[in-house]
Amino acid sequence: MAQSVAQPTATPTAVPAKLPIGTIAPWAVFFGILMLVLLYFVGAEQGATAVVSGENVHEWVHDARHLLGFPCH
Amino acid sequence: MNSAIVRNLLVRGMLAGLAAGLLALVVAYFLGEPRVDSAIGYEEAHSHAHEHGVEAVSRTMQSTGGLATGVLVYGVAFGGIAALAYCFALGRIGRFGPRASALLLSVAGLLAVYVVPFLKYPANPPSVGDPDTIGKRTTLYFLMMVLSVLLAVATVILGKRLAPRLGNWNATIAAGAFFVLTIGLAYAFLPAVNEVPKDFSGTLLWQFRLAALAIQLTLWTAFGLVFGFLAERVLAPKPAAAGGQEVTAGATPVAR
Repeated sequence: MAQSVAQPTATPTAVPAKLPIGTIAPWAVFFGILMLVLLYFVGAEQGATAVVSGENVHEWVHDARHLLGFPCH
Repeated sequence: MNSAIVRNLLVRGMLAGLAAGLLALVVAYFLGEPRVDSAIGYEEAHSHAHEHGVEAVSRTMQSTGGLATGVLVYGVAFGGIAALAYCFALGRIGRFGPRASALLLSVAGLLAVYVVPFLKYPANPPSVGDPDTIGKRTTLYFLMMVLSVLLAVATVILGKRLAPRLGNWNATIAAGAFFVLTIGLAYAFLPAVNEVPKDFSGTLLWQFRLAALAIQLTLWTAFGLVFGFLAERVLAPKPAAAGGQEVTAGATPVAR
């Protein structure tokens, strides 16, 4: 009884349980790389480097590239 | 079980990124596009050797479909990355619930991914920037982004390590000072890029950069709020309201 009275102020927000790193890692590696590839195509493809030849990718995302802060031509 | 939580958070992160991207797209279209058009107007009035053959993509498509593709893919990609970072941060960054953690993470993301690189290498409208230096500018921009994100992660880990010794307040100040100092060093040692043409409108440049900042502010704020809402539902499948109602109903059946 005394013990339960001793900590009335401790009503913290429920802190979520930690997710084990080993469980996150495979998701983080696979999807992390996938997301970075997407960002590369929006941000840099056919600018400094090119995987696909031509100008079409660059021209298509031209405005987004400028407005999202990536260097563009 | 845990793997399912990671998957659910990842999917919701990408969806929240898509939703945030839609809002950012509205800002980009109404605040950003007029400035891009003005800058292209300047470019065409001053083009010396700029070859104007057949345009591969028309201006109309660039400013609608092209802009939408870029901003939405950007939103989804960073939404996914932020959701994965959230999985690591959850329960490890202090006594923050799911929603507060999401908002803190997106503020950190805005700063580390965008604002810090922006202060050194700001967004430029068309006709600002020498095409010959695109390789150098791209390398420097991505280098600054990676450096900023790595230092932000290091700052959080440092803060956590110092907290037991210094207390939360002082540990946060010390870690923040570490971040400011190391970023300051990076700013000082990385080469500057100033390729604004001499007679390019200062007002236009300012407005373009403000619009670029507004897009990111919208994107990351919306992401933090939407993802926080979704993440809380993933992490606490029983809504708090329903539990409260059960208790209330048990205590005073007449109330409902």
